Amino acid sequence: MNNDTAIRTHDLTKRFGGFIAVNKISFDVKKGEIFGFLGANGAGKTTAMRMLCGLSIPSDGMATVAGFDVYKENEKIKKSIGYMSQQFSLYDDLTVKENMRFYGGIYGKSNQFIKEKTKLILDQLQLKNEANLLVKSLPLGWKQKLAFSVAMFHEPEIIFLDEPTGGVDPVTRREFWTMIYKAAATGTTVFVTTHYMDEAEYCDRVSIMVDGRIEALDTPAALKKNYNTNSMDDVFLQLARKATRKSD
Amino acid sequence: MRTLLFLLQKEFKQIFRDPSILRIIFIIPIIQLLILPWAADYEIKNIQLTVVDQDHSAYSRQLISKITSTGYFRLANYTNAYPQALKDVENGDADLILQIPVAFERQLVKENEATLFLAMNAIDGVKANLGSAYLRSIIQDFNREVRMEWIQLPRLNPETQIDITTSNWFNPLMNYKYFMVPGILVLLLTMVGVNLTSINIVKEKEIGTIEQINVTPIKKIHFILGKLIPFWLLGMLVLTIGLGIARLAYGIVPAGSVLTIYAFAALFLLAVLGLGLLVSTYAHTQQQAMLVTFFIMMIFILLSGLYTSIDSMPTWAKWITRLNPVTYFIEVMRMVVLKGSGLIDIKKHLLIMLGFAVVLNSWAIMNYRKRS
Repeated sequence: MNNDTAIRTHDLTKRFGGFIAVNKISFDVKKGEIFGFLGANGAGKTTAMRMLCGLSIPSDGMATVAGFDVYKENEKIKKSIGYMSQQFSLYDDLTVKENMRFYGGIYGKSNQFIKEKTKLILDQLQLKNEANLLVKSLPLGWKQKLAFSVAMFHEPEIIFLDEPTGGVDPVTRREFWTMIYKAAATGTTVFVTTHYMDEAEYCDRVSIMVDGRIEALDTPAALKKNYNTNSMDDVFLQLARKATRKSD
Repeated sequence: MRTLLFLLQKEFKQIFRDPSILRIIFIIPIIQLLILPWAADYEIKNIQLTVVDQDHSAYSRQLISKITSTGYFRLANYTNAYPQALKDVENGDADLILQIPVAFERQLVKENEATLFLAMNAIDGVKANLGSAYLRSIIQDFNREVRMEWIQLPRLNPETQIDITTSNWFNPLMNYKYFMVPGILVLLLTMVGVNLTSINIVKEKEIGTIEQINVTPIKKIHFILGKLIPFWLLGMLVLTIGLGIARLAYGIVPAGSVLTIYAFAALFLLAVLGLGLLVSTYAHTQQQAMLVTFFIMMIFILLSGLYTSIDSMPTWAKWITRLNPVTYFIEVMRMVVLKGSGLIDIKKHLLIMLGFAVVLNSWAIMNYRKRS
């Protein structure tokens, strides 16, 4: 593999008993790319992402993340990635500052690093006054931005975002994407799932999953051209209608 | 090592911010230890006695007043018709019926022999058994007194009489609180170990933070130690509070060294924490964890020898009590508090508890997966 590939999968498969959640997906993600991972509910996006993050063992196929094998080097992968799950997963009963300190600490960052980085993030998010508030007292949009910053705290090579903007207002969504762009500009690879087609337009490349398979993978512009339409919404609908699997 | 410090810091902050945990740790032990030992009593008191007196003699009255003056019996009814007494039993007003038949006194005087009839309500088996045993010994006592009145010393007693005097070793006054209080304390420690630990970890599963942890390069052993150490310390704290209450409220000062208790408790907590951890690896929701620990606690309590003697259990039940860590701690507590046993005396118990700790914790660690 060449050095500018962040993620590579070949025929990656996950079966739960007789159910094939992810069916032989193959794709490459380049370093520094914003890769949109689209699909209806239940199409297998989260399962695929969990395999890449080392949370779930693949049933078949191969995958490397940051140059490490998902089967054998999953703990090494974990050092190189950040992950923001669908579920909000900061500690509600810790303060903003304590959450950052905790995650920085378990990634083995020095006290000096944690201190400086915390200050930087608080400045960026304009959360200086809220630094010592419990996370549960923050509004959802702020929490999501904070969760992103915490996932980025240890400066990973690749960041996985699982529906990061679900339930967030449009203004915050816009701000969130500004943060994603900033991260990509510093060379971080962004792997993001979303249901918002306007967000898909922000991605460098987009893959669309239907029933566990990748049905389309290209730049948003090329996809629209191929499907003879001028909106990503349409592309998605044309593909997603083929689905036979029930959404959850 | 540094990772562990971050984990511990986080865990302690969360514990001390959660008012319900603080209540469980401080208020529940205090209330349980102050209230339960007074109610969970082995002695049977207030036995309702109906006397069917068909004799109405001086002796029958003497016997009745002797029985009621012991304080164990309450005269529920005094009648001369047996069916009436039976009705009292049916209504639940009487636990025991003592029938003094017609000509009781005359027979006693003339024939040197008389019959009494005892009937008991066996719905509450323990009460019926102990009640009739008490009553028997009172009647025997009465019997002796009557003889003393008649037999002029030094005339020889034609019948030999065996008199039993007892002395209670280790607990001279048979104060049941001496084994109830330490026993309840053991149960409290078990609660902290199994309940709090399993619920704490499953809560992280429920809110999804465990996934965030699993996606970090954190080592399994660090995460587990980060959970065990705080609850181990809390358990030791509960023990200290409990021993303090035992001393202040009940004047229980262990005959042996308190350090022996702490040494055993240290191992015991490790074992029950391992169990809590194990439950958490199987349970997906806090509700599941609660129900499973509730089930385990029931078995732990009833098959530990705290309330009923293990020696009188059937063989299969005895085997279960041997697989119950609580049994060993209750034995150790009684040995140290009442007999003054030291570390050497509880060597076997220590080794067994070490075994429990090793097995339960290894099982839990093997079963805890960062990946599915």
